[in-house]
Amino acid sequence: MSGIPSSSIARKIIMALSGLFLVVFLGQHFVINITSVIAPDTFNTWSHFMGYNPLVQYALQPVLIGGVIVHFVMGFVLEIQNRKARGVRYFKYNGGANASWISRNMIISGATVLAFLFVHMYDFWFHEMVYKYVEFSPEDPTRYYTETVEKFHSPIKTGLYVISFALLALHLLHGFASSFQTMGVNNKYSAAIKTFTKVYAVAIPLGFAFIAIYHHLNPITH
Amino acid sequence: MKLTLKIWRQDNANSKGKMQTYSIEGIEGDMSFLEMLDVLNEGLINKGETPVEFDHDCREGICGSCSLQINGEPHGPDRMVTTCQLHMRSFKDGDTIVIEPFRAKAFPVIKDLIVDRSAFDRIQQSGGYVSVNTSGNTLDANAIPINKQDADSAFAAAACIGCGACVAACKNASAMLFTSAKVSQYALLPQGQVEATERVENMVRQMDLEGFGNCTNTGACEIECPKGISLENIARLNREFLSANIKG
Repeated sequence: MSGIPSSSIARKIIMALSGLFLVVFLGQHFVINITSVIAPDTFNTWSHFMGYNPLVQYALQPVLIGGVIVHFVMGFVLEIQNRKARGVRYFKYNGGANASWISRNMIISGATVLAFLFVHMYDFWFHEMVYKYVEFSPEDPTRYYTETVEKFHSPIKTGLYVISFALLALHLLHGFASSFQTMGVNNKYSAAIKTFTKVYAVAIPLGFAFIAIYHHLNPITH
Repeated sequence: MKLTLKIWRQDNANSKGKMQTYSIEGIEGDMSFLEMLDVLNEGLINKGETPVEFDHDCREGICGSCSLQINGEPHGPDRMVTTCQLHMRSFKDGDTIVIEPFRAKAFPVIKDLIVDRSAFDRIQQSGGYVSVNTSGNTLDANAIPINKQDADSAFAAAACIGCGACVAACKNASAMLFTSAKVSQYALLPQGQVEATERVENMVRQMDLEGFGNCTNTGACEIECPKGISLENIARLNREFLSANIKG
């Protein structure tokens, strides 16, 4: 493995693999979240399982956090290296003539998603950690649905979530298909893969946005 | 045709350059872009000024010498042509045309619009070859059966003229399309298999050492390449590199 650790292709492969991992996680996250709209009891059951299962908590959760950190750190490293590689900037650069805005501005969509992640972690993960490990509150498998719906009470927060999902869709529109190219997949199946990735890139964030808006419009009345 | 030209002028690699504006008249649509620059230079020489320096050689789209970032695109607005094949009919009377050198840290400016593209030569020298026994008993290449599809793909990759438009177009100044073409033209042929592992490792290592950026699959290189080198080659380079490193 002599050339791998420091090579530009290795950096691309790390981005691709961590990105693919996060894409799979997004799908799983969506499947659980959509049950909050169609079957709140199921949502409570699954959320409780995810929150208290030792395998999820102590094995999968650290891997997920690691995947997120690796993807974002490597993304910023690549951006810095790539800016340096240009040297003197063009007086006129017509990037739109040969590449999509999305593909040229992954750092913007990615940084927005990262900012959203901080808000999201504060809303849910941080709250969960305090509940379990600071307050040592008892297990309550019925609390998740109510807590989730209440998070979307604010129109500003709901709007922020929807905007973030739009940027996530843009990020995935380039990133998901791009990861296959990086892994060396460019063959007769590429057209089908590209179609699937584009549908996924739009459908999953759209679904997340729907869930946020649905809970905002259907608050729990006490 | 009357045009306004904004051209990058720089005395040498160490001096600070700047954009300079020129007016030019009497340009015909059938002139090539380089002929237009010839007219400009004749005028500058007649006025006792220093002509604009730019690279050119065959003026037939074969040698890969001409470069130029024209209105923000390498080799100008037309597709599948080099600057020498770009005609002035692609522009309108009264247009302002911005002409800059190909920009990359690995392509330092030598003077005006001429850049040093020897980084490409060093990548090629690091592994872009096959070792052939030339003692007199060399097997005729035509006697080696090669799948037609592979032969066509290898030929398409070998069409790369190393002009550097891929680097100039890429927002990351990445040389992946060039390197991938040079790896692919051998990776697809039986003659290239013997040195396949060290070739891809050495060429990628040299590409990185030269300071080119990282590919982010924007596809700009493929669009701007005057020889239509495909992104499939970059995927193949990635496969070859992974395979070489797994083999050790």
